[in-house]
Formats: sequence, C-alpha cells, structure tokens
Amino acid sequence: MSQFNIDFMGGRRWAGLLSGVLLLAAVTSLLYQGLDLGLDFTGGSLVEVELAEEVNPETVRGFLQAEGFVNGTVQTFGSSTALLIEMPPQRLDQGDAENLVDLAEAQAGLGERVFRAMASEYPGTVLRQSNYVGPAVGDELAEDGGLALLTALIVVMFYILFRFTKQFSVGAVAALAHDVLIVLGCFSIFRWTFDLTVLAALLAVIGYSLNDTIVVSDRIRENFRKIRKGQSVDVINVSLNQTLGRTLVTSLTTLFVLLALLFAGGEVIRGFASALSIGIVVGTYSSIYVAASILLTMNISREDLLVPEKEQSENEDGSYP
Amino acid sequence: MAHDGNDTHGLRPSPLLGSGSPRGRLNSFPLWQNVLILLVVCIGIIYAAPNLYQPDPAVQIRSINSEVVISARTEQRVADLLANSQVEALGMEMLKDSLLVRVADDQTQLRAQAIIAKGLNEAGVDYVVALAQASNTPAWLRDVGGKSMSLGLDLFGGAHFLLQVNMREYIQNLIANSAEGMRDKLIDERIRFVPGREWVSGQTITIAFRDDETRASARVALEAYQDFIVQERELAGNPTLRFTLTDEKILALEDRAISQNLTSLRNRVNELGVSEPQVQRLGRSRIVVDLPGIQDSARAKEILNKFANLEFRLEALPNARRSQIETYPYQGRDQGIMRRNIVTGNNVQDAQQNFDPETNQPQVSIELDNEGGRKMHSVTKDNVGRSMAILFIEQKPRVRTVDKEGEAVEEFYTVEDRRLISVATIQSALGFNFRITGLNLREAQDLALLLRAGALAAPMYIVEERTVGAQLGEDNIRRGWQSVVLGFSLVLVFMLFYYRGFGLAANLALTANLTLLVAIMSVLGATLTLPGIAGIVLTVGMAVDANVLIFSRIREELKNHPPQRAIQAGFDRALLTITDANVTTFFVAIILLSIGSGPVRGFAVTLAVGIVTSMFTAILVTRALVNLFYGSRKLETIKI
Repeated sequence: MSQFNIDFMGGRRWAGLLSGVLLLAAVTSLLYQGLDLGLDFTGGSLVEVELAEEVNPETVRGFLQAEGFVNGTVQTFGSSTALLIEMPPQRLDQGDAENLVDLAEAQAGLGERVFRAMASEYPGTVLRQSNYVGPAVGDELAEDGGLALLTALIVVMFYILFRFTKQFSVGAVAALAHDVLIVLGCFSIFRWTFDLTVLAALLAVIGYSLNDTIVVSDRIRENFRKIRKGQSVDVINVSLNQTLGRTLVTSLTTLFVLLALLFAGGEVIRGFASALSIGIVVGTYSSIYVAASILLTMNISREDLLVPEKEQSENEDGSYP
Repeated sequence: MAHDGNDTHGLRPSPLLGSGSPRGRLNSFPLWQNVLILLVVCIGIIYAAPNLYQPDPAVQIRSINSEVVISARTEQRVADLLANSQVEALGMEMLKDSLLVRVADDQTQLRAQAIIAKGLNEAGVDYVVALAQASNTPAWLRDVGGKSMSLGLDLFGGAHFLLQVNMREYIQNLIANSAEGMRDKLIDERIRFVPGREWVSGQTITIAFRDDETRASARVALEAYQDFIVQERELAGNPTLRFTLTDEKILALEDRAISQNLTSLRNRVNELGVSEPQVQRLGRSRIVVDLPGIQDSARAKEILNKFANLEFRLEALPNARRSQIETYPYQGRDQGIMRRNIVTGNNVQDAQQNFDPETNQPQVSIELDNEGGRKMHSVTKDNVGRSMAILFIEQKPRVRTVDKEGEAVEEFYTVEDRRLISVATIQSALGFNFRITGLNLREAQDLALLLRAGALAAPMYIVEERTVGAQLGEDNIRRGWQSVVLGFSLVLVFMLFYYRGFGLAANLALTANLTLLVAIMSVLGATLTLPGIAGIVLTVGMAVDANVLIFSRIREELKNHPPQRAIQAGFDRALLTITDANVTTFFVAIILLSIGSGPVRGFAVTLAVGIVTSMFTAILVTRALVNLFYGSRKLETIKI
C-alpha cells in the first residue's frame, strides 16, 4: 500500500535484540519459576463457592485447615464473595490399611466434603463448580498438550516446505516457536494459571500467527517473482509495506473480539483471552521481524523462487487461465 | 458494458469464477451461481433458526419397569396429581416412550418433579421423573431435521465423570475364574489331573496329567473354553495342556467388557432423573458420563462405579470335597456353601425393591430370565430339603499411594466384600420369581437398581469429575452471549466505517457466516460450551481477515487498473493467499480436535467449522454482494 513506506528490515537488528531479550526472559522464567499449572494438569480438587457475604479468604483457609483439609489454597474469584478453594491430591500412606478409605470418599468426594463443611459454617453458600482431576489424567493431559504443540509445529513446517521453500518453512516455525515461548513466558512471569483453555489458546495463537506469516510470505514470494530489480531487502520491505494495512486491520478486529471476551467473558475465559491477546500482538510482530528476517538471514534469492512453468500465467499477470 | 477494452484476456472462461457472465460483464456470477449461494444461505438460516426458540422447562416421565407402559392413563394420573397440588402445567405431550409436561418456570419445574415422582411411585419404583427441556421449535422446522444446539455442562450445569475401567484386574479375574471352571469340569467328568501345582501364570493356564489318554479326554471336556488357544506340551515328565489368551483375544474381551459396562451404565444413569444423559467410550479403557442438569451429583457417583451382584449357591453337604467349598460367616456361625453358582445376578430379568407385607422389612423381588429360571428349576427340584444361600458381592474401588522409582504414584485397586445375606431351605422346586430379604433399605434399593441395570463386567474408578452449578451455568451463558454481541458489533462498526460499501458487503457476509456456523453446529449435533463460544467469537474476528485481504488487494490494484478490473483482480489474487492461510489454520484445528478433551474439543470444533464457513462467505457471498452492488454499474472511481 502506498501510504506506508517503512524500512522494516533496516531495524531488524534492533528487533532481533528485542526478541532475544524477550525470549531470554521467557525461557529463564520458565526454567526457574516454571508455569503455575492449573488443576487440569496437576490433578487435585477445586471448589468454587459463592458466599452470602464477604469473608476473608485467610479466615476460610484457617477454618478448612481446622476441619482437616490441609494444604489448600483459598482465593477470591471474580467477585469478592466468590471463593476458589483448591486442594492438592490427598495422599494416603502406603500400607496404612486402616486409613484406606473408599476412593470415592478420599479423592473424588473431597470437593463435596469441602463444600458441605463450607455450607455448614457459612449458611447460604452456593456451589458454583466442583472439579476433581486424578493425577494420572493430569499427567496425560500435560503430555498430550505438549505433543499437540509439537505436532502442530511439525505439520506446519512440512506444509510450508511443500507450498513455499525451506527458508519460509524455517522462518514460519521460528516465528511460531517465538510466539509460543513468549506467551508461555508471560504466564510464567506473571504467575497466571495455565490450564486447558490456555493450552487451546496457545494452539489458536499458532493458527493465527501462521495465518499472518503466510500472508506476508505469500506477498514476498509474489514480489520476488514480479520485481526484477532490487535487493532482497528491498523486495521484502516492499512486501511488508504492502501487507501492513491488512495486517493491522485484521489484528485490530481480532483484538476487538478478544477484548470483548476479556471484559465480558468472565473468569473462566480470562486466561484464554489473555493468552490470545498477547499471542496476536506478538504474532503480528513475529511475522515481520522473525519470519521475514530469517529469510534474509538465510539468504533468500530470486532463484529460490523460480516459478514452475504451469504456475506462470497465474502469477504473472493475475488473470486466470 | 462495464469492462475495459484493453482487458480482453480477463474474459477467458474459467470453470468456477466469472464464466458465462451475461453480456461479458467482469464482475458478475452466472445466475445458477447466485441462486446456489442464496440457497446455501437460506438453508443455513432454516437450520440455524431452531436456536432462536427458547425451550420451556419441563418434566419428563419414563417407565423403568418393562410391565409399566406410559399411556393415556399415566397422562391422566399426572394431570390429577398436578391439579391436586395446584401446579399449573402448560401442556403435556406423549412422546415415543415418555411423557413430557411443560411448566412455566424453573421453580414450578422442581415442584412438579417432586409431586409427580412421589405420586407415581407410591406402589414401587416404576417411573423416572426427570427435569427436562421441552423444545419450542415449530413442527415444520423439526420435520426437516432442524434442532437447536444442546448446551454443554458449563452452560447448563450438571456433572461430568471420567471413569477408568480396570482392565488388568478384569482379565486376571477372567483367567482365574476360567481356571476354576476348568477344575470343576474335570472333577465332574472324573478326569484326573496332577494336583498341587499353581495353574495360572500370567496369561496362561497349565494343567498336567498322568498320561496322554487322560489329556486327550480332558481336551475334549474343556472344548467349551473357546477364548483360549490350546497347546499340548510335556512338562517335568507329565503331558500338559496349556491354555493361552492371545493379545488379540484380550483386546476383544476388553471391548466386550467395555460395551457391557456401557450398557450397564446407560441403564443406571437412566434411572437418575436426567433427561439427556450421555455415556460414551473414550479411548481404549475409559468411559465418559455426562449428566446435564443433575441436582444430586453425589448420588450419581454412588451409583456409577458401584459393583454389586448376587450369587445363588447350594449349601455344602458334609461329604463335599474341601476344594469345592467356601465358608462365610452367617448369623454368628460359619456356613459352608458350594463354590459353584446356580445362577448369578446376570440372569436377572427384573428386580424391584418393595416391602415384605408381613414383616414390613425391605426386600427385593427378582424375576429371572429364561436360562436362569431353567437352571434354577433343574437344580432346586433335585435338592428339596437342602438349603440355598444367597451371596451378596460388592466391589469397592480403593486407592493407595505406592512408591514407584522414588515417585509417589497413586494406584487404584478393588476390594471385594462378600457376605451371605440369606440361607434358606428349599421347600419345593423354584421357578422364575423370588424375594430376597436380609438387606437394609438402602442396600435393597441399590441392589434392585444394579440388578435391573446389569452388572458391570469390569471394575471402574473415577479419574475425573466436574460439577457445574446451575448458577455458574447461567452466568456463563450471559457472559458468553454478551461477549459475542460486543465482539460482533465492534467488528461490524469498524468494517462499515473503514470500508464503507464494501464493508457493508463484508458485514452481510459475516452475518451469513455466523448463521451458517450455527446451522452446521446444530445439524452436527455439536454441544455448545463456553470455549465453543470463545471459538465463535474468535472466528468472527478472524473471518474478517479474508475480506480484509481482498479489499486491501482491490485498493492496490486500483492504482494500475480501472475499478471493475481492480475488483476482479483483487478477488482473484487474494484467493490463493486466503486458501494457504486457512488450510494451515484448519490443520491446527484438526490437531486440537484429535488430541484435545472436553473444553479444547468444543473450541476446536467451532474453529474448524468456522474456517470452512468463513471461506465460503468471505469469498463467494462477499463477491456475489459486490457484484450486485457494483458489477452492473459503470464505475469511474470506487471508495474502498
């Protein structure tokens, strides 16, 4: 688009530095602080209750402790009268036959007992939700989640290798890995809970960021074939400027709906909306500064994109055969 | 007409786009194509329409006793019951095998349920009275297959359970029982085997004999054990028979166990007072149970993984072999009973809990099936005067923490509780009907339910449980709806403001997209969840992308081409980019769908369907609209 004429690639060293710093922070935090994994992955019990009046979470924690529910955490959830009570899996000692209780009582029934205790201490308490995830299921979900992320990256890499060239393929996957790491880093640094919906959001970020990268790559490929003169840097700059309008509009409309989810969607969807909002900002940036920069780093040239004969007519003059 | 003279190569016929344009116009679809697009959108509107009709709260009445049929008399009784308590019903409908009573609001629904359940089941538990939703979709829409999306647990409230079937234990039990059966068979047929050796080892049963002839006759006698592969071996100088379960056979047995568990679970949850319970297999050895709208999830859990069964056995005679006898405490003494069953709970056709008219104690009336009745008759007619014992077997899933390679791992196992509940003298040959006493009320109720439902083939335990209260469900619906409306309006306003006339076309296409998305989800029978709503909202945001790509391209082409030509080039050139971008996102949605569970799947389904519908609407519907607005005009300039 003519109204933009920004030398994107001129600033790519600074952008590289910025990405490097962000990635370093993300990875360091992930390594040392880790993720605040939600119930879906850790296993355990979670009870959300709505109290008739405001009660200090610490008081509730003390009360539950006295009732024999140890190691729990209590926090307000959304409003000051809604409390989220989390309990780690209750361990039973090996060989302690006397203490072996029905599974239903020991594990899956924990949430219920917590609620009953709460309801008798604080009259008018309403159960909003109660979740129990067994440790085995949690481990599996975590494994499947990791597997899904990797599968998505690999499938994408091969598809782009097939549709474009290896430089584009490496660029796109690097951009995706960059986005995923930074979103994960944010969740680690700010101690936001990482649950199953956030994982879904992360995969959606891959989808979105990829969409963006492909639109940019598509234009770069087209321009390499069309513009006979000029350095690779110039071709890429022209392409980025041409797609900038579209990139901004799409990111903006998507951000609109995400903000709607963030502000109107409530607590359950907050993690999801935050992960996607960050992902979309980072994803837009990475299509330009990671995917496109890598093309230059890997010395992409016109020869890499020589058009096979039968595609010629379609891309030369835009008319359809 | 509107095309430019220097642009003849744009008019070559193409198979899909722009072919057969009337009078050679650049931007027009042939009539059939416009009609087709309109048709698709109209069909979309029809199938999305059922979602506009809010269902009424209702009470559903089903029979759980094969002898009790829902009829006009039931309808009359229900009407009387409600009239007596001054509860107003908006209407009653007889469905295939149930009666649906519509009421005005949720409170009336709860009252009506309590009144009907109490009134109908005075004599014995014959009916399930469940909270339900009565569809208000007009008949003609239902006739063409229109239905509304069902709401997921997070929106409707209810309980979700994930049950793990303990396959290892099931197979081990199966092998152990087979070995015992073989031993009994050989003893009965007076075929001598070498005693004193452990028969079962892993997946094989090994029996040793003194000589080849005995082995040959044993092989014939044990022909009924078809599940095993039989091999003849020599072991420590003895000819042996080796029965092995192959891996394939184990897989088949597991499948059989799961499907029996599924059937039994379906029967169980059917009696829980839930109108649309879902029981499905998940992967190799898991079962998902979804109970939308259930009020008492604790009761549901109690019933779900409960394993209780009955065995009818003869009292042991003093001269019986020790290996054929088991001893249980009964009324303060040790009672010996035969190891072999006459019949088990699996032969029960129907079971009802009621009260003994003389003692007023709870009892269970049992009716045996054909096979069970025959066996019972033939055994009891030869044993009049001897006692028959009823063994009550209950398996309880338990958990312990074990240390596995330094890590604390939870291990699930089953403890079996067996006790004699009655020992009574056989007065005469017995037939198909019995009464069982000696249980407390709760046990009698549960036993009747479990016998009716059929026993679980393999023990199970709960590995995941989620309960959502009705209040949270309502909150989620409200919030989901608000974010859809807010997000959608923001996008519409922005597009109209930024692209003017083209924005209007895009907005209409976006509305068509949302309609088609809802229509397809409804027809597929997809369940709407909160993450699903998030998926819809996200689809709205991203669906615009295809239009944005096209419009940006048209803007660019306007620099080098006259308007009509630019519009055509814009659409055509953006097509490849849109396809590339959407195909890859579609891959991601499919990956999500294949690995994800619960909330992730809801999101993935909407994302995948949304990509397909947005491709259609953004490319074809927008194009048709743009053609309609601009195609037939001579344009000097266009605003985009």
